[in-house]
Amino acid sequence: MSLFRAETRRLTKRRFTKFSVLIALIVLGLIAGGTAYTHAKASAETRATAEAQAENEWKDQVRFAEEAQQECQKDPSKYGGNCADITPPSRDQISADQFMTPQFDFREDFPAMVIAWAALLALVAFVIGASFVGAEWNSGGMMNLLLWRPQRLQVLSTKLSALLTWLFGLSLVTGAAWTGLFWLIATLRGTTEKMTSGAWQSLGLTGLRGLGLVLVAGAIGFGVASIGRHTAAALGAAIGVIVVFQFGLAIVLELARARFYEAYLLPAWIGAWMAKSYEVVDYNAPCDFSATEGCQQPVFTITWQMAGSLFAAVSIIIVGAAMWTIRRRDIT
Amino acid sequence: MTAVLEISGLRKIYRSRKGVRKALDGFDMVVETGQVHGFLGPNGSGKTTTLRTLLGLIRPNDGRMAILGQPVPDRLPQVAGQVGAIVESPQFFGNFSAETTLSLLADAGGVNRLRVPAVLELVGLRDRAKERVKTYSLGMKQRLAVASALLKEPRLLILDEPANGLDPGGIREMRTLMRDLSDSGMTVLLSSHILGEIQLICDSVTIISAGRRVAAGSVSEVLASHTSSTVRVRLEPGVDMLGAAELLRTAGAAITMEKDHFTVGNASNPAQITKLLAERQIYVSELTPVSADLEDVFLELTGTAPVDGTNRQVDQVVAKGGWGQ
Repeated sequence: MSLFRAETRRLTKRRFTKFSVLIALIVLGLIAGGTAYTHAKASAETRATAEAQAENEWKDQVRFAEEAQQECQKDPSKYGGNCADITPPSRDQISADQFMTPQFDFREDFPAMVIAWAALLALVAFVIGASFVGAEWNSGGMMNLLLWRPQRLQVLSTKLSALLTWLFGLSLVTGAAWTGLFWLIATLRGTTEKMTSGAWQSLGLTGLRGLGLVLVAGAIGFGVASIGRHTAAALGAAIGVIVVFQFGLAIVLELARARFYEAYLLPAWIGAWMAKSYEVVDYNAPCDFSATEGCQQPVFTITWQMAGSLFAAVSIIIVGAAMWTIRRRDIT
Repeated sequence: MTAVLEISGLRKIYRSRKGVRKALDGFDMVVETGQVHGFLGPNGSGKTTTLRTLLGLIRPNDGRMAILGQPVPDRLPQVAGQVGAIVESPQFFGNFSAETTLSLLADAGGVNRLRVPAVLELVGLRDRAKERVKTYSLGMKQRLAVASALLKEPRLLILDEPANGLDPGGIREMRTLMRDLSDSGMTVLLSSHILGEIQLICDSVTIISAGRRVAAGSVSEVLASHTSSTVRVRLEPGVDMLGAAELLRTAGAAITMEKDHFTVGNASNPAQITKLLAERQIYVSELTPVSADLEDVFLELTGTAPVDGTNRQVDQVVAKGGWGQ
């Protein structure tokens, strides 16, 4: 327990940890501020003003169409020779909503904000996890620690536990603050209607999946940096994955007209995990013509269970490899 | 006297694409309780590999080790609390202060954090304890390393080059500290290149060369058993000293001329000197061995004495034969 306490203290005291969390909080603050700034609560007055603007706009459009019709009659070549196509919009095509600052609808809009929170925290978790063990290896701090606690697996697993516990706490605190902040935004500049218990449950599950993503990112960053004994190993691996798998592989698979090529790319799996499912459409496949719906391309659905299994397997393999290498290697 | 540390037949082989290198080749060492034991060897001889292996950082290929009677590395977790160690250069996370570094180690090792100010005081870092380690000089980092090793009040203290980077005052303080710790009952294993220091403060020494033990015992025993093969030769007044020296040099002796005498540096059998000179009717008035210090013994045993006109490489041992055998 003393080692766990020491490692938690070490993680909290690191300037890199404080700096990363501060950057994340600033970015989250900017997102929240931007959302608040670009949304406004609808009132009877704002709706009446918008209705009037929509009415004026429709009248303008009708007048423009009539003028264009008259000009077309004089010289049809200016309008492609077909004056019948010039028709004014119907009244219902110009709604008052187009002239109103949008409301922040908590039920509709907040799930996307949960995904943004989870993605940002996962990034922070990856770099903090990598730096936490990478800097220790690089500075010789790990060797020093092993002189005090010559139990390699216990030391590394305690470090990882401290990291994951700390990330869990950070996610919980920021997640609660994030929800509260957007509830406030929705109350002041939107609506919190239709938040049934089912909606809260769904939101809670999205948040839990976000928490899972954060922990997986932290564990993978930690594991790769420990295998490479340097923070840069994890960051290099991450850049390599992005360049090779996200850009290189995407281009190669597209050129090769591979089937469901998007399923080989990480964003599809992260999307499936956070949004419960992700549909990969095979645009390279021949059309399956339907009498009612036309060309139907085959679809492969990645479920959150499939994505979760993949992330769990990758985490176990990387952390397992980190444990195996620390157990076997000479520490010089 | 009981042994605090025992190493027997320790082997460590490094394999790489460039070949196989024996870092330790059946090395033995015994350190008795309450002693300050010097551990000497040239660069690359296996000193640090021995200490790292002993402390569980490197896996040996063969051999037995025991600390405080417990076999290591199997029982190392049980004895680690009684062993304070610094290995090679001091290594700490640069952005933490000395105080934070030590308090984190105290937490990790289950030591009371109240020990931290005491050890910082002991090594002279009290007033700089709140500064970040990366602002420290090498000598200050060395003091911090010693403080970290002393934090758990060990029964066995292992220090690898503790005087590295210290100023002369710091070296003297370190020497006094070692002696005080030893007097308080702590056993100190001290690896160092400063042979004068070792000779001053150590009760016993082990000398390692090319991964093997080449000498061990109390300092006086080691000096006595490896007496210098250098002898001082003084002739009767008026005798041609230059001619006599040339005669011996022709026979293979390593002559160094002094004002009123000369020395023969490789006189394994001094009788040859008197014999050769007597055959030419030259009689010596003084033929005395030149007493060796630890540096002479070290250079002789490890074969690392500089040779004029050559650049000795690390791992290179120069075989030194005696003249007149």
